[in-house]
Amino acid sequence: MKIDALTAILLIPAISAALLAVLPGYALTARFNVVAAFATFLTSLSLFVVEPNSGQYLLVDDLNKVFIVLTTFVGFTTSVFSASYINHEVETGRLTPAFLRFYHAMYQTLMFAMNLALVANNIGLMWVAVEVATLTTVLMVGIYRTHEALEAAWKYFILGSVGIALALFGTILVYMAARPVVGEGLDGMVWTVLVEHASQFDPALLNVAFVFLLLGYGTKVGLAPLHAWLPDAHAEGPTPISAVLSGLLLNVALYALLRFKMMLAVNPAAIAPGPLMVTMGLISVIFASLMLYRRRDIKRMFAYSSIEHMGIIVFAFGMGGPLANFAGLLHMTMHSLTKSAIFFAVGHIAQVKGTQKIADIGGLTVTNPVLGWGLMLGVVAIVGLPPLGIFMSEFLVVSSTFARAPWLTGILVLGIIIALGGLLLRAGSVMFGEPKGPTAPAEASYVPMFTHLALVALAGIYLPPALVTGFTNVAKLLG
Amino acid sequence: MSSLQFDIAHLLAGSLVLASFMMLYQDRLYALLNVYAMHAGVLALSVAWQAYVQQAPHLYLTAAIALVFKAIIIPVALHRIIKQLGIHREIENVIGIGLTMMAGIGLVALSMVVMLRVTPGADALAREDLAFALSVVLLGLLIMVTRRNAVSQVVGFMSLENGLVLAATGAKGMPLVVEISVAFSVLIAFIVIGIFLFRIRERFDSVDVQALDRFRGERR
Repeated sequence: MKIDALTAILLIPAISAALLAVLPGYALTARFNVVAAFATFLTSLSLFVVEPNSGQYLLVDDLNKVFIVLTTFVGFTTSVFSASYINHEVETGRLTPAFLRFYHAMYQTLMFAMNLALVANNIGLMWVAVEVATLTTVLMVGIYRTHEALEAAWKYFILGSVGIALALFGTILVYMAARPVVGEGLDGMVWTVLVEHASQFDPALLNVAFVFLLLGYGTKVGLAPLHAWLPDAHAEGPTPISAVLSGLLLNVALYALLRFKMMLAVNPAAIAPGPLMVTMGLISVIFASLMLYRRRDIKRMFAYSSIEHMGIIVFAFGMGGPLANFAGLLHMTMHSLTKSAIFFAVGHIAQVKGTQKIADIGGLTVTNPVLGWGLMLGVVAIVGLPPLGIFMSEFLVVSSTFARAPWLTGILVLGIIIALGGLLLRAGSVMFGEPKGPTAPAEASYVPMFTHLALVALAGIYLPPALVTGFTNVAKLLG
Repeated sequence: MSSLQFDIAHLLAGSLVLASFMMLYQDRLYALLNVYAMHAGVLALSVAWQAYVQQAPHLYLTAAIALVFKAIIIPVALHRIIKQLGIHREIENVIGIGLTMMAGIGLVALSMVVMLRVTPGADALAREDLAFALSVVLLGLLIMVTRRNAVSQVVGFMSLENGLVLAATGAKGMPLVVEISVAFSVLIAFIVIGIFLFRIRERFDSVDVQALDRFRGERR
């Protein structure tokens, strides 16, 4: 096999995972983890310079380039955050060095699995990759081995497995639909071949397949009513994993869904996947924004906010058309950056205060001003206040869909406003007021958090033309 | 394809659905495991028959995995775990057996209606296989939601996965079937037995998921 950038973004994490599993000393391995993630990120950037050839198993096109670069970038910044986060966890004895070896190996395995899911040109391979990503995160969610962590991991494992099983059934049905047209064997699962011939597939079979795929991968996206695993998994695992789950893994599942949507769009006789996605997106937005009001745990609260934002993104892609797709892509990018920045802040805050309970945290802007204002900035960004990036992308989602479906967009706006109220209410009590809990200064690394927030703020004011053309091309590709 | 070949494939796939039904009403863990072992054995026969009919030798490998790993190793290992944990008591069902059986019948009818209607073009064998496979998948889901015990939920998941293997082998010439079944088996073994049960045992002295429920994530 020839080694190019495409195989390198798989090989670097895979080899690093193997090395990290045997290397001793967590200080060293944490650094090695950062270096590996950075190397993967640089390699992914090179995809823009030299585009490697796609084959029967791996594929690179405009769509997955966006996802790969976003994944490897957030993977890299999270590894920086993780290095300082776990230092504290070892000091307080919540994690032992033996567990950290496992943790780092799993981190790189997860990066490998997500990259594989994104570059897979074979729907079977993509499924296997999503499965591996799910299982590695299950193991990491349960790593603290507390009652709550085990329950969260168990719930995630069961619901995730069911989702993944339904997705496999959908994948088999797609193959069944393809077989009469493209013939038996490998071709029937190669995505590029499938898209080429999808117009001749049996539409009824495709419809049923898409329903299974939507339910299966939709579980992984965290769409209501299939979201039950998501808040627990986010709240109970180590915070770097919450950041990666929210910022990346949900996107990877969404990407799988988008690939199948593109396939269905080619076949005029098949159902339009749009309305299904719009409905599930809207349900998620409304449900999650209402749930924000009664949260007691700060990480759970932001997990519900992730459900809300995935709902907005799925709504945008479901509406379709170049503008809405563009808005969806931009919103996805902004959400990944903002939400992981928020989790970086929340992780350090929970370490300083020794609790995740909202009621026990207060006056952060006084006790830990940098963290407090950093989180405040993140919350202001995530609720979509101007002039930050999420305001921009939400505005685009709303304005590009309002003319076509004023009622649906109205519901979406209502959801966004409800969420804004809920988040600001809770965030206000955490940020201001009487200082509560320990007031020790945080030993935090602020660079990843503020890098993300700076990018989000910049995107709200100025989008580089190269980015706009890139996203426009992808949006056209998505149909 | 001769009608005898079709009839045997039909019989084996139908037996798998029947075995799923038998799992629905088991109220003891050991009995549930025994039925699961039979379930996997029937799957192995069915896959082997498909390998013969389709003349696809690689499917024999999938059949062998089903027989050795799913029908023998996993049930034996789970037997031991149950013995060690001392949880061979009755399984607590969320809803009564009568209702569960009714729901199961409904699910089988549903999958027949859906799959037979959307696959008029496919050949008869694949069609029936797919319909039976969907029934097994849905019944597996039903087992998972009606049980509170962690071991029986895992057994439900494994029976669901057997349905997927049946569907994959029924889809003639599907690539990666062997790989997928290997991946599934290894991961099930690794995750379920190796990690979760021991950890849960260590922390709770119980594998009853209800014990987990007491520690609901939303801490008050």
